[in-house]
Amino acid sequence: MMNYFPDEVLEHVFDFITCHKDRNSVSLVCKSWHRIERYSRRRVFIGNCYSISPERLIARFPGVKSLTLKGKPHFADFNLVPYDWGGFVYPWIKVLAETGIGLEELRLKRMVVSDESLELISKTFVNFQSLVLVSCDGFSADGLAAIAANCRFLRELDLQENEVDDHRGHWLSCFPESCTSLVSLNFACLKGEVNLGALERLVSRSPNLKSLRLNRSVPLDTLQKLLMRAPQLVDLGIGSYVHDPSSEASNKLKHAIQRCKSIMSLSGFLEVAPRCMSAIYPICGNLTTLNLSYAPGIHGNKLTKLIQHCRKLQRLWILDCIGDKGLGVVASTCKELQELRVFPSDPFGAGNDAVTEEGLVLVSAGCPKLNSLLYFCQQMTNAALITVAKNCPNFIRFRLCILDPVRPDPVTNQPLDEGFGAIVQSCKRLKRLSLSGLLTDQVFLYIGMYAEQLEMLSIAFAADSDKGMLYVLNGCKKLRKLEIRDCPFGNAALLEDVGKYETMRSLWMSSCEVTLGGCKTVAEMMPSLNVEIINESDQTEFNLDDGQKVDKMYLYRTLVGHRKDAPESVWIL
Amino acid sequence: MEVGLKMALKGGGGGDHVGGCEKEKMGFEETELRLGLPGGGGEGGEVVRKRGFSETVDLKLNLSSKQDTSGIDPIDEKVTGLNKEKNLLLSAIDPAKPPAKAQVVGWPPVRSFRKNMLAAGSQKSSSDESSGEKVAFVKVSMDGAPYLRKVDLRMYTSYHQLSDALAKMFSSFTIGNCGSQGVKDFMNESKLMDLLNGSDYVPTYEDKDGDWMLVGDVPWEMFVESCKRLRIMKGTEAIGLAPKAVEKCKKRS
Repeated sequence: MMNYFPDEVLEHVFDFITCHKDRNSVSLVCKSWHRIERYSRRRVFIGNCYSISPERLIARFPGVKSLTLKGKPHFADFNLVPYDWGGFVYPWIKVLAETGIGLEELRLKRMVVSDESLELISKTFVNFQSLVLVSCDGFSADGLAAIAANCRFLRELDLQENEVDDHRGHWLSCFPESCTSLVSLNFACLKGEVNLGALERLVSRSPNLKSLRLNRSVPLDTLQKLLMRAPQLVDLGIGSYVHDPSSEASNKLKHAIQRCKSIMSLSGFLEVAPRCMSAIYPICGNLTTLNLSYAPGIHGNKLTKLIQHCRKLQRLWILDCIGDKGLGVVASTCKELQELRVFPSDPFGAGNDAVTEEGLVLVSAGCPKLNSLLYFCQQMTNAALITVAKNCPNFIRFRLCILDPVRPDPVTNQPLDEGFGAIVQSCKRLKRLSLSGLLTDQVFLYIGMYAEQLEMLSIAFAADSDKGMLYVLNGCKKLRKLEIRDCPFGNAALLEDVGKYETMRSLWMSSCEVTLGGCKTVAEMMPSLNVEIINESDQTEFNLDDGQKVDKMYLYRTLVGHRKDAPESVWIL
Repeated sequence: MEVGLKMALKGGGGGDHVGGCEKEKMGFEETELRLGLPGGGGEGGEVVRKRGFSETVDLKLNLSSKQDTSGIDPIDEKVTGLNKEKNLLLSAIDPAKPPAKAQVVGWPPVRSFRKNMLAAGSQKSSSDESSGEKVAFVKVSMDGAPYLRKVDLRMYTSYHQLSDALAKMFSSFTIGNCGSQGVKDFMNESKLMDLLNGSDYVPTYEDKDGDWMLVGDVPWEMFVESCKRLRIMKGTEAIGLAPKAVEKCKKRS
């Protein structure tokens, strides 16, 4: 029946289908749907930049306007991947530029972005509107200056947690007077100073500005001026927040903040004097997102008092100095809470004021809508996890990190198998899971049995034998990403079902028992996988014996074979 | 099920106990031995740690050697491994120091960016605390103004902020280039010369040694600790000051 509709009708229908998975499914129905879908596709998501080439991307989707690319493996965040491993965006930009693609939006995660790339983007894509960089590196303020200067219709410049060499803070001044289209500007991660006058003028001429996240260098009185000029803000990131609460500056600030009746998201407080927080109270009642995870200056009573004003919170990111008691306040105040992230205030793991299982139990009891958790804690018990599983069966993401990674249940001295088992059994929609604590093969049996929707699993210092990995590979049909470190999984587990890896995006194994021979076998059997061995040690005689254990292995499916840009430390089998 | 039974059955075969560790308290000697040991690592330190973790710590301290696994019965291998590693560890690791405090690469799994941000923040706050004072009020005088003011230097975290505050305080007295860009400009020598030759104002301070210095030369924290009073001078008067300031700066560097 659908065959009798002209293409334009189908295209119109497909316009309503925005989710990548759905569009992928649509393209598989029949040849004509495949054809129509490809020409009408505007947004493409590529979870591993080495799984496909830019040429093939464009061949299939010539009308692409928005591209999302992810580069380095997740464990690169934790210094487990050499800095020069790869993930360069320049080759993509070059090809897109050469083939005349009208790129409008680029979102990159864990990629190496050079100033040259940014410059090329800014000079080639006339209608470029949105640049979002998350955990990227390789660029400086010069690249930002090019974007500011040349992208005449820029709507979004969103820099999240990037390592930027910002030796010269002039980039903000490079936005021309004619640029009035900004909707979102986030430079919280930049360390350098910015031209405050230029910033004020930019905000003044951006009537559509909804999201503004400042860095540490923006002083209070500038903040006050910016707020006066942009009372329509929805998302605010405060850089520096130090003032004398009794001063006139403080009063002016309070007045400016109160005018911003639309603010629903608040973050930053990179520099903060806790006694100043009361100026924020008037807008707390509207907040749905609060990120204080970079504000170790706010703790104790000041922190809980602030949270008590935030009754509508849906997403809360904080430091563990909030303590179990503080989490109790969250539990009794934030009934709408969906996502909670508790980060360690001492990232080197000493965890003196860390939270424990008590805090988590309190939150689970008070916040039944909780569906996403990242929790760094001192300890965890099976009983607590079982209670949490009962209270919150809706978890989609559950990431628990016990600061001492092999700590058993301190009450019973048992491994945490039963606790995590309860989580996977109860939370039928669980897509992402990170484990820690003392764990045996048993927990993996539970995961294989119950975690039917699981897409991403992170394992560290767990399991007793290959069985653990096998339970997971056999059981989790929807598994896409598996990352393992320091577990006793060897070749038997790795080689049991190599076809499985083609159904996944990637597998990372470091400090496990797999050998070079095992990895070679995978590579031989599966030409559609790139099997990379990363060896960072300075050994001049890299032992080529197949029996040699491999320090780090990263394998991923790909349509384009071996990449050509791997550094010395990476060997592609 | 199967796994659970295994844990109970395997006795403490060849149990190796590093001196001074609290294994009994933890009560899972059996499980400790059963665990797959990459490279046959041993234990170290007071508190018991799963082989993988302590092995990782060992590796970072360049102690243990990688071993081949080639179909050896896991238990035998572990026992051999433990025996082998024990001596190395005893000699090299201070048992009083729990491995948890040693830094394993990539643990806890916190993004480097976040680690660096928090570390930078805590350095700042600890330097504040180490000076022992929560407030640092200094007198501020401006040439031509009828009265002096006082500011608490600890209210601010950068020259920018101080400069803005001073500008506000003395705004009625036409402070000129002591605005938001004023102090920053003073860090640029050529601009400094331009400004000093004009009739604009220059912020200076008296340091611990009793010398009058140009504001902006040293890092902020250093400035807060050494500043005893502030004086906003007329540009023309400060000319005599600048070369001295530059000299002192050069001597320091």
